[in-house]
Amino acid sequence: MSKILIIGQQADGKLDSGVAKVVAAARQVGGEIDVVVFAKDGAAAAAQAAALDGVTRVLQVDRTENDHALAAVVAPQAVALARKGYSHVFVAGNTFGKDLMPRVAAKLGVQQVSDVMAVHGPTSFDRPIYAGNAIVTVEAPAAPAVVATIRLASFTAVGGGGAAPVEKISVEAVLPTHTRFVSLAAQKSERPELQSAARVVSGGRALASSENFKKFIEPLADKIGAGIGASRAAVDSGYVPNDMQVGQTGKIIAPELYFAIGISGAIQHLAGIKDARTIVAINKDAEAPIFEVADFGLVGDLFQILPELTSKI
Amino acid sequence: MKALVSVKRVVDYNVRIQVKPDQSGVVTDGVKMSVNPFDEIAMEEAMRLKEKGKITEIIAVTVGGAKCEETLRTALAFGADRAVHVKEEGEIQPLTAAQALAAVFKKEGAQLFLLGKQAIDDDASQTGQMVAALLDLAQATFASKVELDGSKAVVTREVDAGLETLEVDLPAVVTADLRLNEPRYLKLPDIMKAKKKPIEAVSFASLGVTPGAGLKTTKTAPPPKRGKGIVVKTVDELVAALKAKGLV
Repeated sequence: MSKILIIGQQADGKLDSGVAKVVAAARQVGGEIDVVVFAKDGAAAAAQAAALDGVTRVLQVDRTENDHALAAVVAPQAVALARKGYSHVFVAGNTFGKDLMPRVAAKLGVQQVSDVMAVHGPTSFDRPIYAGNAIVTVEAPAAPAVVATIRLASFTAVGGGGAAPVEKISVEAVLPTHTRFVSLAAQKSERPELQSAARVVSGGRALASSENFKKFIEPLADKIGAGIGASRAAVDSGYVPNDMQVGQTGKIIAPELYFAIGISGAIQHLAGIKDARTIVAINKDAEAPIFEVADFGLVGDLFQILPELTSKI
Repeated sequence: MKALVSVKRVVDYNVRIQVKPDQSGVVTDGVKMSVNPFDEIAMEEAMRLKEKGKITEIIAVTVGGAKCEETLRTALAFGADRAVHVKEEGEIQPLTAAQALAAVFKKEGAQLFLLGKQAIDDDASQTGQMVAALLDLAQATFASKVELDGSKAVVTREVDAGLETLEVDLPAVVTADLRLNEPRYLKLPDIMKAKKKPIEAVSFASLGVTPGAGLKTTKTAPPPKRGKGIVVKTVDELVAALKAKGLV
C-alpha cells in the first residue's frame, strides 16, 4: 500500500491553500497520507492540515531554522523523513515546491515528476510539456520513492472537517548555513489571491497604462470579488507588478470565471488559463486568438465596454 | 572567478508544437531549434557580471548530442570564453544532466553556476536545484536580480508571494527568471569569432556519471480542445449569458 508524504507549506501560521489540492492528488493514489509541516512554530498550520479530509496524520517539525522555508534547509529534513518508508513524496507545484522538490529528488537519487495534472495509478501520471501544448503520460520507477510536484490548477481542494492526529517530531538532519533569508517584499492586497480566486479579471497591453488598469480593471474586479491578473505584455510594459502575470512563465490558474480584457491570447498566456471553467474575452480585434478559447466573446472598445459592464453586472 | 553557464538546445519558442499521430512524441524533425530562452538570460547575466569585473572567465556547457554544438557556438558568440560539450545522444533526463553538470562544475572549480529556471521543452524546472543538491551548494532559483559581493551573492527571487531576497555563500547555483535581463542581439563579428573558440568534448563515462532509471513516457497526446464559444453583440447580452449560467 502507498504511504504518501506531503510537504505542507506554511507561512506565518497559515497553511498554504495548495496543500488541500495536493491531498486531493494523493487521495487519487490511495493509501496513507501524512502531511509534514516544517516551521518555527507549526502548531497552527499543523491543526489546519489535520482538518483536511483524507489526511492520516500530521507531523509537526518545529525548528528555528525553519522560520523561512528555504529549500536548502527544508530539503535535508524532508529527505530524512522520506527515507522512513514513504513510497511517495508530494508537494505543490508552486514556487515553493518547484524550488524545494528537485533537491529532495536528487538526494534520494530519483527522477522527479514535475507538474502532475492527472493520476492514473501509484506510478503513472500525466504532465504537461511545451507549455501545455502536449501532455505526456509517464511511468515513474516505484523505488526508492515517487517524487512529484502537483499542478494545483488540475485538482480540486479536499474539504475540511477531518481530525487527524498531530505528532510533534524531530528529524535528524544536518542543516546548511550557506543560505540566508534577507527579506520578502510582498504585494499586499485586499483582493482574493490570484492563484486561488474563483473569479479573475486580467488586463493586457490594450489597457495602455497603469492608470487605466486602476480605472477600468479594478472596479470590475471589486464589483464581482475577483482577483486581478495580467498578461506578460502588460507586465513587461510596466502597468502592473510581475507577480500578477498569468501564463506559462507566470501563474497558472483555474478560476470558475475568467475575464481576459484587451488580451490577444498569446500561446504563453493561454497556457496559464487552460483550466479556467468559463472564459470571457473582450477585445477590439475580432481575429485575436483569445476568441478561439473564449466561451463568451465581445468585440469592441474596452474603454467603453468596461464601465458599462461594471455597472450592469 | 569562474562562472559556468549551461545552455540547452530546444525547439524554438515560436514553433507551434505538433504531436506525432502515433502519440510517440512531438515532431522535432525539420523544426527550428534554438538556445532555451531562460538559458540565454543566464548567459547574458554572466556577460554583465564579467563586464562589471565580477567574473573573469565564462565557461558554457551543454549536455546532448552532436547537434548541440550549435547551441554552444551561440553561447560562445554571446561571450563565453570556452565551452564543454557533454556529448551523449538520446533522451537525457534532468537528474542525469544534473549529475554531469555537477561533475563539470566541480572539475572546473567554478564559483557560480548560472542556468535557466526551466527548459521550454520538458518544462521540468529541476536541473539547477539538482546540481545544487548533488554538490550541497546554496541555490537561488527564479532570480530577477543578482549581485556578487566577494564570497557571497545577493539574489532577488520571483516567488508567488512577491520578491524574496536571499544571501548565499559561493559557490552557488542561480537559475534565471524572465525579468533578470534582456539578452543582447548577437553581432556577426562575434558569431565569426565564436567559431574559433575551443570546445572540449567529454562523456558521461569520462565524468563518472551512470544514468539511473528515469521516467518512461508511455504516451504523448495533444491537450484537450476547448469548445468554441459564442460571440455576443452587447454588454446586456453578455451579462444575461453569465447570469443564465449562474456565474454572476
